[in-house]
Amino acid sequence: MRHLLSTRDLDRTTAVRILDIAEDMADVAQRAVPKLPTLRGKTVANLFFEDSTRTRLSFEAAAKRLSAEVITFSAKGSSVSKGESLKDTAQTIAAMGMDAVVLRHSASGAAATLAGSGWIDAAVVNAGDGTHEHPTQGLLDAYSIRKRLHGAASRGRDLDGVRVTIVGDIVHSRVARSNVWLLTTLGAEVSLVAPATLLPGAIDSWPVTASHDLDAAIAAKPDALMMLRVQAERMTSGFFPNEREYAREWGLSAERFARLDADTMVLHPGPMNRGLEISSAAADSARSVVLDQVTNGVSIRMAVLYLVLSGNDGTDA
Amino acid sequence: MTHLLITAATLLDGSRADLRVRDGVIVESGSGLAADGARVIDSDGLQALPGLVDLHTHLREPGSEQSETVLTGTRAAAAGGFTVVHAMANTQPVQDTAGVVEQVASLGAQHGYATVRPVGAVTVGLAGERLSEIGAMAGSRAAVRVFSDDGKCVSDALLLRRALEYVKTFDGVVAQHAQEPRLTEGAQMNEGALSSELGLAGWPAVAEESIIARDVLLAQHVGARLHICHVSTAGSVDIVRWAKARGIDVTAEVTPHHLLLTEQLAATYDPRYKVNPPLRREEDVLALRAALADGTIDVVATDHAPHPVEAKECAWPEAAVGMVGLESALAVVQESMVETGLLDWAGVARVLSTTPARIGRVAGYDAPLAVGSPANITLVDAAARGDFDLARLHGKSVNSPFLGRSLPGRVMAVVHDGRPTVLEGALLPTEEVATA
Ligand SMILES: [Zn+2]
Repeated sequence: MRHLLSTRDLDRTTAVRILDIAEDMADVAQRAVPKLPTLRGKTVANLFFEDSTRTRLSFEAAAKRLSAEVITFSAKGSSVSKGESLKDTAQTIAAMGMDAVVLRHSASGAAATLAGSGWIDAAVVNAGDGTHEHPTQGLLDAYSIRKRLHGAASRGRDLDGVRVTIVGDIVHSRVARSNVWLLTTLGAEVSLVAPATLLPGAIDSWPVTASHDLDAAIAAKPDALMMLRVQAERMTSGFFPNEREYAREWGLSAERFARLDADTMVLHPGPMNRGLEISSAAADSARSVVLDQVTNGVSIRMAVLYLVLSGNDGTDA
Repeated sequence: MTHLLITAATLLDGSRADLRVRDGVIVESGSGLAADGARVIDSDGLQALPGLVDLHTHLREPGSEQSETVLTGTRAAAAGGFTVVHAMANTQPVQDTAGVVEQVASLGAQHGYATVRPVGAVTVGLAGERLSEIGAMAGSRAAVRVFSDDGKCVSDALLLRRALEYVKTFDGVVAQHAQEPRLTEGAQMNEGALSSELGLAGWPAVAEESIIARDVLLAQHVGARLHICHVSTAGSVDIVRWAKARGIDVTAEVTPHHLLLTEQLAATYDPRYKVNPPLRREEDVLALRAALADGTIDVVATDHAPHPVEAKECAWPEAAVGMVGLESALAVVQESMVETGLLDWAGVARVLSTTPARIGRVAGYDAPLAVGSPANITLVDAAARGDFDLARLHGKSVNSPFLGRSLPGRVMAVVHDGRPTVLEGALLPTEEVATA
């Protein structure tokens, strides 16, 4: 794997292979010394044009567990809204001999632009580009769902027939996009629930079903319910009247959570707005996978860095 | 003065003739004309067209000379077969006073590559708040007849109504950039399935169509002339067709890029394909071609929009909007309209010369290639075909979406007001073309 830019272009075999390598990486974490020498001598640049402490720390931990050097460029606050900064920063990184760039950027397509630009030779891992994709988040969600369903017997399995419902701001969510493509590629049935203002207009062309009624979605007993974070700027730009109405219609309240099937797991990419899209009763319950998602994120990012940096397609891993 | 003999050119009706040009005028047409001391332009096998007239060019001077100047922009125009360009008003300072439009027009006249007709701003500073000095610009030496806030839509309905009425006083026309501003905040590409997938904010067709619908009704109400810039959707075509059927005095333009390219190119995230209005769907492209062929859309206008390299070397949402188009326009029209059988060369002359000149009130273009007409002539090798490459670009900027694409036709010679600007496929030197 040369780069990881999106889940849209992953086939099922490759996706399962990444999840399986992440299983191996998770095993490493159980050891007394949770570290592999695999990427010794390699250097990873964390290039974050947009602030995201969680994702940045997760990639840093992943790189360090594989013995890679990590240098973090947090461009927040400097003049990175100008386009040449991506080019200049990337070329600076190239001049420093980086082997991989983990890029977080507010512009959709930034990772694809960097990978296709010819400005650098390094592998590019998309750590979230605008409202386009966040492929490692999609992968860790798929991993978390598979692990919760199959436990130690997860290796080699896809998500055939697994029913996943994603709730919230689909139209602006890179997490939703990466999940839609990846989960359906893995065989899951994905349904989306949101007010019409937060669903893409051309949803008919997506491999999903879409509706507006969270209560009906809960009654349909999905295997997994993924609640998306409501971004503050949506609340002030007229996508819905106010927080109270959003919580009432599309929040996983304690009352709704009580109606949820006992086997349904609850996911959230974090950070959570408790009381808005998710209640504490749901977030802190045994059915919540939220903390597993954080742990699994490191394993997934180890797998991805390993694949793009080892020059190994993963078949013998 | 200059004496030229264009020999064996193919005219618009398909016949072949020699054309004699003396003192800026076509003085004789026939076969076997004697050279008589004239500079001979051997045009055997070349298609003769009237000099092309662009209603929509961004020359960037004054203010953004790093992107283009009047000189470099008119050189690009001549290389593309144009003899007239209408220079859009969004310069810095804005072309909203007689002083600025006269300066731009006189720069064009000095350089000699093409007649520069400045477009006046409809509102002061393009701010959309109050009318600019339209009368002063109309009465200036630049004799402005086209008024536009292009780049911005005159979205205030009352202000547009007043502009339509006021411009009528001076036999001018308002050229509207039809874009409902609130519906397109942050817009990056055509809104649809692809924009949803790419995570790029959508520019919905309705944002163009709703403005055109409102504006044709306003033009009807006040009995004024209205021109719609860069129509890009099938729905807009329907509205313009409806308006014309009602007798509303509306004209419309389409850009070459909207005749050939589709939104699918945005999937590359290559900012060369970022333009406003955005590239649309295949069905829009086909509707635009049909509308141009049947006269619903009156003209092709380039919307030549030069940008420096750094404005396009970045992520798509951060990139500038616009494409250069003067040098490729004729080739793209040949590819999309002539090779497809939708237009013949007389039709090309209509949409790229006669009609835009009429809309812009440019004299001397109403009888193309006729004896007695001013000598504005473009000679094209229509049989040529090749990859459009950097050598074909003559302006300051290289943000062309056509680089690397195979296109037909090659401009071999251009005569502007009786004097050659292009011979044997090459621009003549600046000193030779300059009139001052
Ligand atoms: Zn415009």
